[in-house]
Amino acid sequence: MAQIGYSKKVMEHFMNPRNVGTIKDPDGYGKVGNPVCGDLMEMFIKVKDDVITDMKFKTFGCGSAIATSSMVTELAKGMHVDEAMKITRNDVASELDGLPPQKMHCSNLAADALHEAIKDYKSKKKSPERGSKQQREDTRQDQKQ
Amino acid sequence: MKGIYLDYVSSKPIHPRVLEFAKPYLKHGCGNPSSLYSVGLEAKRILEDARIKLAELINGENENSIIFTASATEANNLAIRGTALRNVSKGREVAASTIEHISALNPMKELQKNGFTLNLIPVDSMGVVDLAKLDEVLTKNTTVTSIMYANNEIGTIEPIREISTIVHDKGLYLHVDATAAAGYIPIDVKADGIDLLTLSSNDLYGPQGAGALYVKPGIKLQPILLGGGQERGLRSGTENLFAIAGMGEAARIARDEMGQEAQRLKGMRDKLIEEIVTIEGAYLTGHPTQRLPHHASFRFEHIEGESILLNMDMYNIQVSTGSACSSKTLEPSHVLLAIGLKHEEAHGSMVLTLGRSNNMEEIPTIVKAVKETVERLRKLSPLSNKGVM
Repeated sequence: MAQIGYSKKVMEHFMNPRNVGTIKDPDGYGKVGNPVCGDLMEMFIKVKDDVITDMKFKTFGCGSAIATSSMVTELAKGMHVDEAMKITRNDVASELDGLPPQKMHCSNLAADALHEAIKDYKSKKKSPERGSKQQREDTRQDQKQ
Repeated sequence: MKGIYLDYVSSKPIHPRVLEFAKPYLKHGCGNPSSLYSVGLEAKRILEDARIKLAELINGENENSIIFTASATEANNLAIRGTALRNVSKGREVAASTIEHISALNPMKELQKNGFTLNLIPVDSMGVVDLAKLDEVLTKNTTVTSIMYANNEIGTIEPIREISTIVHDKGLYLHVDATAAAGYIPIDVKADGIDLLTLSSNDLYGPQGAGALYVKPGIKLQPILLGGGQERGLRSGTENLFAIAGMGEAARIARDEMGQEAQRLKGMRDKLIEEIVTIEGAYLTGHPTQRLPHHASFRFEHIEGESILLNMDMYNIQVSTGSACSSKTLEPSHVLLAIGLKHEEAHGSMVLTLGRSNNMEEIPTIVKAVKETVERLRKLSPLSNKGVM
């Protein structure tokens, strides 16, 4: 039977999202979606010895956008960045006991945001002069307020 | 905590007196109105009684001007397709406002696919139909123009009498979808100059499963359902006697009690609007004064409507939204886009519609829940500067 509405777990994460907020001077920053489509996610990671030690998010979007953001922070915290890169959208959805079919695409961007943050971390490791803060401010200016 | 239902525009509980009235027809069955034996004649009597009550609600010429259907969607389809297809000799043009319900817009688009010219009439930022544009685009070939009495998403009441004058001056027939308006504001098809009018049973606190189309005497329609020739041949299929009897009784109650109930709802509506627009980045959508007495609709900056709906549900308060994320198409409400909102603005909409169960004592609880919901979701939102660091 097709899933009707959200699972209890989605609602639990929607009501009590883990790791909400931002990180000053993050080691990696990822942003996906845009407000025109109705979903926008920002992920901030702190990394030590290639292990994600802290992670925060901010999300504009529907119930599943918020719940998947929360879930991905729980999954990725403490993980090696290479392992975290393997977390898929489906992993996030199944950890939440599934998402309604129409939510699988548009509102399930949390894994993508995590991957963006990790890519940002890796590229900064290669060329440390690209400050994360600067990048963050650039991105923020792009946003329509 | 006791629930507060604020989505009367989506669905209404049956009025207890309506249920009492119509229950026998569900329980015992009542024969087929088309049968000539006594039980069938009793069914026919019930049907005609409901027809009279509907005609009285809208001041229709007589009971024969009411055609029962299974839903307002079907009534809109019959009005639009039925009129356009029956009157092709008079022209192949149709018109509708951009904020019509999807059950009016889609039949219009279907006609367009089949070679009709469709003129969509824009609305202003408050949702009022552009009368100058209407006057400009209608021609003698425009057989049916469909404009809703009031909009379900933003509550705006359209200037139907002025619209009627233009339609009858420039075009042919005016169809009015009164689904959201009937039972809340007085409708007089004769004084308003309406040729075809859609009504919904459930929107009058009647059972789901019935709708009606008023057809001004003399207007010819082509049926869209063919069969045994019920409803003067315009809508074949055995009538849903329980739902229709209930719809009739619901119309009678609405006619008797509308004035007082509308005043009561308006008081609550005004209080809700007054309080909610004080929230930073909160705006009323639709017309500030020309709006349905039970309808309060808003948009909030930097947050998304489905999240608002879910969060309000945690307070056991049921609301509605025009956000894309809550729709099957994943497109934001065409009504909110038509009044000029950007996509990101339309995503943050919330619609509160009051009804019989609500009372003034609930207003502070509702306002508090809205304020806390907006504050919480903004804390999560990267678009808001108010977030936690």
